[in-house]
Amino acid sequence: MYRYDEFDQDFVKARVAEFTDQVERRLAGEITEEQFRPLRLMNGVYLQLHAYMLRIAIPYGTLNTGQLRMLAHIARRYDKGYGHFTTRQNIQFNWPALSDIPAILADLASVEMHAIQTSGNCIRNVTADHFAGAAADEVADPRPYAEILRQWSSVHPEFSYLPRKFKIAVTGAERDRAAIQTHDIGLHLKKNAEGELGFAVYVGGGQGRTPMVAKKIRDFLPEKHLLSYATAILRVYNLYGRRDNKYKARIKILVHETGTEEFARQVEAEWAALKDQELTLPEADIAAINAYFAPPALAARPEGDEVVKLARLDSKSFADWVDQNVITHRRPDYAAVTISLKGIGEAPGDASDSQMEAVADIADQYAFGEIRVSHEQNLILPHVARADLKAVYDALVEIELATPNSGLITDIIACPGLDYCALANARSISVAQEISRRFASLERQRDIGELKLKISGCINACGHHHVGHIGILGVEKKGAELYQVTLGGSADEHTAVGEIIGRGFGPDEITDAIETVVETYLAHRLDRSENFLDAYRRLGPAPFKEALYGGEAKAA
Amino acid sequence: MKVLTANRLTDGEAIWYAGARGWAETIAEADVAGDKAGEAELEAAGKAAFANNEVVDVELIDVELVDGLIRPVRLRERIRAAGPTNRLDLGKQARTAA
Repeated sequence: MYRYDEFDQDFVKARVAEFTDQVERRLAGEITEEQFRPLRLMNGVYLQLHAYMLRIAIPYGTLNTGQLRMLAHIARRYDKGYGHFTTRQNIQFNWPALSDIPAILADLASVEMHAIQTSGNCIRNVTADHFAGAAADEVADPRPYAEILRQWSSVHPEFSYLPRKFKIAVTGAERDRAAIQTHDIGLHLKKNAEGELGFAVYVGGGQGRTPMVAKKIRDFLPEKHLLSYATAILRVYNLYGRRDNKYKARIKILVHETGTEEFARQVEAEWAALKDQELTLPEADIAAINAYFAPPALAARPEGDEVVKLARLDSKSFADWVDQNVITHRRPDYAAVTISLKGIGEAPGDASDSQMEAVADIADQYAFGEIRVSHEQNLILPHVARADLKAVYDALVEIELATPNSGLITDIIACPGLDYCALANARSISVAQEISRRFASLERQRDIGELKLKISGCINACGHHHVGHIGILGVEKKGAELYQVTLGGSADEHTAVGEIIGRGFGPDEITDAIETVVETYLAHRLDRSENFLDAYRRLGPAPFKEALYGGEAKAA
Repeated sequence: MKVLTANRLTDGEAIWYAGARGWAETIAEADVAGDKAGEAELEAAGKAAFANNEVVDVELIDVELVDGLIRPVRLRERIRAAGPTNRLDLGKQARTAA
């Protein structure tokens, strides 16, 4: 993985020193809250309901074991013994004291981590497919390009005060696991007919109160033009994006109001002035960054098939876990493993300090010291020899992280919601927990099949509810929580925004409503091969409305 | 009825204004304002503490008395006063349970 060069290390250290001074001056009363607030946000420090919150960047969701151990150390020493992995592949700590944050940032800098640009109207952490470098269907690893974008966008003087925050995601496979069409810029790394690498470029996707699917403005951008083209997009946005209304300031609104064709024309015109100049990526530079992401030496381990076969016969729970949480690797002797942070009844995305340390130990022993964070709030071991799967499974069972539910209804994305977040209107975690308990039976979950359920506690949609096959949005109505259900969303290569199915449900009704939706699907599907999303797209909302609201819907 | 709440500058701890006793870490100790004059007093105390860099996010919130105990009207404030509903071992509620 990428290692800081001298410049990176000095820059991060200097930022720690600068923010340490700012915190000291704030605590001494030398600067006001009004002056300090933008400074703390630039360093990832929010104020939530119970305490400050520190959001730490995990570039493209890639961690080494030293970094994960440091996150465990921070959780134990400065926080309350756990961290929360987010839908942007980052981690948040919910209880740090402001006075401890300089020490936390110094600890992070010692393992090449920071919290810069995890807030504010700048280019945020660039995300990528969590199976990058491992997936069998990948054209090329998207992370080198995410790293190039990270270097270019870090404290970029022109793009540090954009109209609004800006999120970029990169995938290297046709099957989009990075939800690129819900991002401000989505990049699909692919090869053209000549075998050259480049990107399909999508712009103007986003969730929040005005969900939009990104529009493709270029089918193939040669890789060397990545930065000049990204600069052209950002320039058009920086110039014309609205600054008068926070709710209309994202690039999705500009693309929508300008029209895709005209927007693309403006970008191309801007690009014409930038192309083939200093922003062109030299081949040697691309190769140098690529070298950081060279896969580990994966020795032949042909005994894997036999070992897995025998272990499956010996343990049904292991077999279930392999079937659900293990995916095909580009090397047949290896596999990529999803470590579910969605234990039945647990808060999605939370991991304790000791779990993080144990995962680091497992990764060191069996997975070449590499861990990923997925935007679905799970951890990934990207390279595990199939021959070692049973040992990894046994170790995960020990730390209660072997729940075999990847991609199933209990693999729920949920934002922190009203239990922590100052912006939330309703709780998310408690809803996720109750649904998880209701559908705890693995047999039932597997009968239901692939189903992505996503919960947000406010319209900002951190829980991605718009693109859940089933989405739940918590709102506040007359002082009480109310949950709206959307159906038919998806965040893959066929991204769609779900449709609101009808009136909302109270906290004590929402789990029953979800069960009704699921039972309706089971009753109407053609057979087990037709998953929830396909069935919904075929059936439309009518049978679900009828099941949820009955005569009430007819009367309305 | 209203009480004055804020977060302490140094560590972000949720706190409530308790008059002569300063800022308390539990809502039970808060001073309750029953009229406009009382609210104005609380607001003035909040402004002073904010200006003195003791607290941030100062807000007057609606409360009611239930069996003699102060209970915020909004769920948001009830969660602030207790802790996350999914982790009873965290926040103020952890103290009373202990």
